[in-house]
Amino acid sequence: MSQFVYLVPLFPLVGFLVIGLGRNVLSRTLTGLIGCATVLASFVVSVMIFNEVRTPGFMPVTVRLFDFIHTGSLNISFAFQVDQLSSLFLLIITGVGSLIHIYSTSYMHEEKPHHFARYFSYLNLFVFSMLLLVLGANYVILFIGWEGVGLCSYLLIGFWFTNGDYNYAARKAFIMNRIGDLAFLIGIFWILAQFGSLNYADVFTRCQGGATAPVLTGITLLLFIGATGKSAQIPLYTWLPDAMAGPTPVSALIHAATMVTAGIYMIARSNVMYTLAPATQAVIAVIGLCTAILAASIAIQQNDIKKVLAYSTVSQLGYMFLGLGVGAYTGAVFHVMTHAFFKALLFLGAGSVIHAMGGEQDIRKMGGLRKYMPVTYWTFWVGTFAIAGIFPFAGFFSKDEILSHAYAHNPVLYAVGLLGSLFTAFYMFRLLSLTFLGKFRGTHEQEHHLHESPAAITIPLVILAVLAIFAGFLGIPEYIKPDAHILEKFLAPVFASSQEIAASASPAPGTEWVLTIVSLLLIAAVSIWGWTKFKGYTGPAKEATGFAKILENKWYVDELYDAVIVRPINALAGFLNKYVERGLDGIVNGAGRLVQYSSRQIRLLQSGQVGAYVLLMVIGVIILFIVQIFL
Amino acid sequence: MPINNYIFLGIILFCIGVTGVLTRRNAIIIFMCIELMLNAVNLLLVAFSKMHHQVAALHQGAASTVGTEGQIFVFFIMVVAAAEVSVGLAIIVMMYRNTHSVDVNFLNRLKH
Repeated sequence: MSQFVYLVPLFPLVGFLVIGLGRNVLSRTLTGLIGCATVLASFVVSVMIFNEVRTPGFMPVTVRLFDFIHTGSLNISFAFQVDQLSSLFLLIITGVGSLIHIYSTSYMHEEKPHHFARYFSYLNLFVFSMLLLVLGANYVILFIGWEGVGLCSYLLIGFWFTNGDYNYAARKAFIMNRIGDLAFLIGIFWILAQFGSLNYADVFTRCQGGATAPVLTGITLLLFIGATGKSAQIPLYTWLPDAMAGPTPVSALIHAATMVTAGIYMIARSNVMYTLAPATQAVIAVIGLCTAILAASIAIQQNDIKKVLAYSTVSQLGYMFLGLGVGAYTGAVFHVMTHAFFKALLFLGAGSVIHAMGGEQDIRKMGGLRKYMPVTYWTFWVGTFAIAGIFPFAGFFSKDEILSHAYAHNPVLYAVGLLGSLFTAFYMFRLLSLTFLGKFRGTHEQEHHLHESPAAITIPLVILAVLAIFAGFLGIPEYIKPDAHILEKFLAPVFASSQEIAASASPAPGTEWVLTIVSLLLIAAVSIWGWTKFKGYTGPAKEATGFAKILENKWYVDELYDAVIVRPINALAGFLNKYVERGLDGIVNGAGRLVQYSSRQIRLLQSGQVGAYVLLMVIGVIILFIVQIFL
Repeated sequence: MPINNYIFLGIILFCIGVTGVLTRRNAIIIFMCIELMLNAVNLLLVAFSKMHHQVAALHQGAASTVGTEGQIFVFFIMVVAAAEVSVGLAIIVMMYRNTHSVDVNFLNRLKH
C-alpha cells in the first residue's frame, strides 16, 4: 500500500484545482463535498499506509516519482519516504484536517459561493503542502512543502482581504516566515556542500563521522532558525497571535495539524544531526523553554478568546522544542500529536462560541454560555483539562514525558517548565470560567441569539474531545506500567541511531513518581484557584496596571521589534526613496529623454521627398568612393 | 580608339543620369535617367571586356575566350533593367491613376 503513497497528497491537490478553477460554477454544497471528500480520501489512504507501517519489521519505503533536479553530479528526485514518523504525521494532518474541513462547511456558510470555494481551495492546498512537507524523502521536497504552507497561511490569514488589518497580519506572518526560511535555505545548501546529497538516508549516514562538530552545529542552528519562523519560537513568534485574523478553522488548521508542527517534524526528522550537535540542542532547549514561559505569561492577560489560545500554542510549541532539545524526540512528537487533538478542539470550540456570539471575541463580554451551548462547553472543558495536563487527559502524558526528560537533563529546565505549565493551567481555567461560567455579560441582542452550533460543528468537537481524552494512553510512561509506551516502540526505528549516540536519560522511577505527583498537585491547585477566581467574574473592575499591563501588552515585544527593526528600516527605505531613488530616476529618465529628443530630431530627415533621399544616397556613394580610394 | 574615350563618354552619360535623377520631378524622366546610368555602365563593361579580350588574345592565341564575361554581364543588366522597368512603369501608372500626376514630390504625402 505504501507504494501508493502519492495518492495522499494527490487528492487534496486535485481538490484544490477542481474547487479553485470551478469556484464560479460550483455550489456551496458541492464545494464542501469535494473539499471534505478529498481530504477524507487522503485520510483513508493514510490509515491503510499506517496499518502497513505498524507491522513489526517494516522497513522505510522510498517512492521515487520522477527526476526533479538532475544536473552534473547533483541528482534530486521527487521522492516520498514512508516510515513511522511520516505515517504518524499523515494521520494527524489528514485526520484533524478532515474534521476541520467538515467544521468549515458550517462555519463559513455565510460566505458568498465563490469566496466559500476560494476558502476551500486554499484549505486543500494547505493540507497538500503539509503532506508534501512530511512525505518528502529529501530536504528539497521538504522545502517545497515548507514554502507551500507559508504561502497558504498568507492566503488564509488574509482571507478577508477587504480588511486592511487582516492583510497586515497576513503579511507579517509571511515576512517573518521568510526570515526563517532564508536561514533554512542556507542550511540546506550547507548540507549539500558538506554531504553531497540532500536525501535523508544519505545525509544521516554520512553525518556520523563525515563532518566536524562546528559544521554540524552551524547546519543544525540554521535549520533551527527556519524552525523558529515556522513554529513560532523566540524571536520569530509574534506572527502567530496575529494570525488570528483568518477564519477560526484556519487558526485551528495552522495551530493543530499543519504549519507550526513543521519545525518539530523537521528537527525530529533530522534527529541524528541534532544529536551529534549538543550545542544546538542546548540552544533549542533554552529557546523552547523561554518561548514556553514567555508566551504562557502573555496568555494570562489576553482578553481575546483566540489570542489566549494562540499564545498557548506558542507556549506548547516551546515545550515541544524543549523536548527536542533534551533529546526526548518521542516525547516531542507525542506532544505534537496530543496537542493537535486538544488545540484543534479548543480552537474549533472557540469558533463555535464566536459563531454563537455573532463575531464577538472578547471574553470579558461573554460568560454563562454553559447553559446555551452544552456540547461546546463540555468539549471545551475536555480540551482545557487536556492542555492543563490533568490526569488522565492526553496533555498530561505528553507534557509529563517532556518534563521528566528535562529533569534528567537539568532540574532547572524542569522547574521553569513546571512554572510554565502552572501558567497554562491558570490561563486556561480563566478562559473557561470567563467564557462559560457566571452570568452573561454581553448585550441583550447577543443573548437572544445564543444557540448551540449545528451538527457539522459539534460532531468534529465530540470526535476531537474523545481523542483528547484517550490519545494519552498511547504513551503511558515506563514507571506507571512497563512496556506500555506504544508510541515509543512504534517510533523507535526513526530515532534508533540517535539513541545509540546519546540515549535520552530519564530519571529514576521513584523520582519520576515524585515529580509527577508534585506537578499534578500544583496544577490542580492552580486550576482550582483560576476556576474560583474567575467563576463569579462580573466585568473588568479597573484598567490593568503595573505588571498586568505589561503582560496585557505582550511584554511590548511587538513595540520593541517596531522600534529596533521596523522603524530603522522604514527610515532607511524612506531615505532611499527620497534621495537615492530620485538620482537613479534622473539617470534612467535622462537616458530615455535623450533617446526621445534625438529621435525627434532625426525624424526630420524623413521628409518623404524622393529627391532628398536620392541626393543623400548619391552623397553616400561618393563618400564611400572617396573612402575607398583615398583612405 | 583609345579606351579613354569610352571612359569619358561613360562618365558623361552617368553624370547626366545622376543629375537627371536628382533634379527632375517627373517620374518618367527619372526613370529614363536611371536607364541612362545603367547604359553608361553597360558601355564601360563592353569597352573594358573588349580591351581585356584583345590583351588575352595576344598572350594565349586568337581562339581564347578570356575577357568576354563583361559582355555577358551587360545582358544580365539589360534583363534586370527590363524587369525593373515593367514593375516601375506599373507603379507609375497606378500613381497617375490615383493622383493624376507623375510628380515624385507628391509621394511625400505617403508618410502621413
